Amino acid sequence: MGTYITKRLLLIVPTLIGAAALVFVIMRVIPGDVALLIFGGDQAGQIDPKQLADMRHRLGLDQPLIVQFGTWLWGVLRFDFGNSLWTGRPVIEELLIRLPLSLELAIAATIVSVLIAIPLGMLAAIRQDTWVDYLVRVVSIGGLAIPSFWVGILCILMLVIFFGWGPPLEFTPPWIDPWANFQMMIWPVVTVGYRYAAVTTRMTRSTLLEVLREDYIRTAWAKGLRERAVVIRHALKNSMLPVITLVGTEFAFLIGGLVVTETVFTLNGVGRFVVDAVAHRDYPVVQALIFLIAFGFVVVNLLVDLTYAWFDPRIRYR
Amino acid sequence: MATSIELAHASASATLAPKPSVTEVVARFVRTKPLGAAGGVIILGMLFLAVFAQMLAPYDPYVGDYGLQFSRPSAEHWFGTDEFGRDVMSRIMYGARIALFVGFTASLIGCTIGALLGVISAYWGGRVDLLLERLMDILLAFPQLILALAIASILGPAVQNVVIAISIPVIPRVARVVRSAALSVKENVYVEAVQALGATRRRVILQHIIPNVAAPYIIMLTAQLGAAILAEAALSYLGLGAAEPTPSWGLMLSGSAPSYAEKAPWIALFPGIAISLGVFGFNLFGDSLRDALDPKLKG
Repeated sequence: MGTYITKRLLLIVPTLIGAAALVFVIMRVIPGDVALLIFGGDQAGQIDPKQLADMRHRLGLDQPLIVQFGTWLWGVLRFDFGNSLWTGRPVIEELLIRLPLSLELAIAATIVSVLIAIPLGMLAAIRQDTWVDYLVRVVSIGGLAIPSFWVGILCILMLVIFFGWGPPLEFTPPWIDPWANFQMMIWPVVTVGYRYAAVTTRMTRSTLLEVLREDYIRTAWAKGLRERAVVIRHALKNSMLPVITLVGTEFAFLIGGLVVTETVFTLNGVGRFVVDAVAHRDYPVVQALIFLIAFGFVVVNLLVDLTYAWFDPRIRYR
Repeated sequence: MATSIELAHASASATLAPKPSVTEVVARFVRTKPLGAAGGVIILGMLFLAVFAQMLAPYDPYVGDYGLQFSRPSAEHWFGTDEFGRDVMSRIMYGARIALFVGFTASLIGCTIGALLGVISAYWGGRVDLLLERLMDILLAFPQLILALAIASILGPAVQNVVIAISIPVIPRVARVVRSAALSVKENVYVEAVQALGATRRRVILQHIIPNVAAPYIIMLTAQLGAAILAEAALSYLGLGAAEPTPSWGLMLSGSAPSYAEKAPWIALFPGIAISLGVFGFNLFGDSLRDALDPKLKG
């Protein structure tokens, strides 16, 4: 296991450096001048050339491209991403303020989705091709089709119309006031979680179906075991591996979900920070956040792979 | 003597099963995959709306009537009107155009570039493969929506920019799938045979590899269609897609819609239904098509 971990850790280094380079390319090389965009783009009428030059200088855009890239990479290595143009504070500081909310939302949504998905997927698999199966499949394909921001809007509509509720503005961490935190987070969690649940339900169903056709399951039936024992003790355990991977790889969905859901519920998390930074044309923040999200994504995928390897020793030797 | 032995199959003549006609194929698909057929009907409905929006829409989607702001759904305005007094139903009909345009072009561009890179990677192997694979790894390090958001934020809000922003994250995902399919095709003896007969690389790729990776390509393409429509809606919702007054479904839900929740819930209700129904149709169809084309991938 030790060598496997080392190997995997070494493999993510070039990917991360590449990701840093790609973010740089997107922000600098794609046609479009960031300094010009900050002043509202070229349609914004007359822009004072001196102001423009000042902004270019402030962003380091007057340096040669290679120097700019070096500065960016050096910053990435030290986790120093400069200051926000909007608030003037270090990007990392701004990020750390917002991280607890997004982490709570992500973790709670994952738990909720797994709690919904595994029983539903199981039910659909053991009752394959009955109305239960069709219902679960339609609901899960439907779940994938409904945009999460719309579910969020519907939640707010419902709460406002029926309960006269407005979203609270201040984030209360769960360790200070669990009830206030629950009230604030429950709807966003449901909004992010249902979509995730839709994907996981489908995966649980299909892997369980595959496992149920294995010989050892037939043996378990032949031994005269009850359905419960066959499905839960023998089949479910062995069908969980792909589901675990999925929960990890669909983390991308989760992050996308965070971006829109935090915007809908006006929650001050990392996702909304991205959207706000784009809206404020705060490009140092956009650049840093896009990279850091990729960083988080790569680390989560690594953790998933390691869990997988821990469960299934065959993988370590491939 | 060998020459006197008559070849047993020299005069064998088996009647080939007649090639099923298009109607037969469609009928079979409807019979065996009712959910997929339902998806197909939704897609056709959407196409119909998009093509004939001009004739079907009761009002101009761009022109508002300030006397009719926030009017409830009624016989004149089935889905009500928005904050500028524009007819929500007409805007949804025109919105189908944007959704389908972005959905089709973004998935086609993304999948085609991805598939080409996958084929090149598999066929050339060696350094080219290594380089392309690492590049794909890097692109895969970004969650789809985040990468699209970053690209859209630099390109600025416009429909064609949304297409670019959505298609780029699709490339590595398709390249992966097509590469592995192409690798297994390449191992086949007949590919070796045509190479031995002196076929050029171009011929091998065009005549032998590409037709055999068409199934995974089509599967990925249909799977991406729904996702691309959703991504367009999300980007427009975040203000990075089509700009006002374009009738984009995502844009109709952004900004004002939630703030008028109490007063006019229909503004937020109907565009959401349109997005969900459209994506649902594409997903149902794509799923069944995948089952029909590739029995190994049942799910």
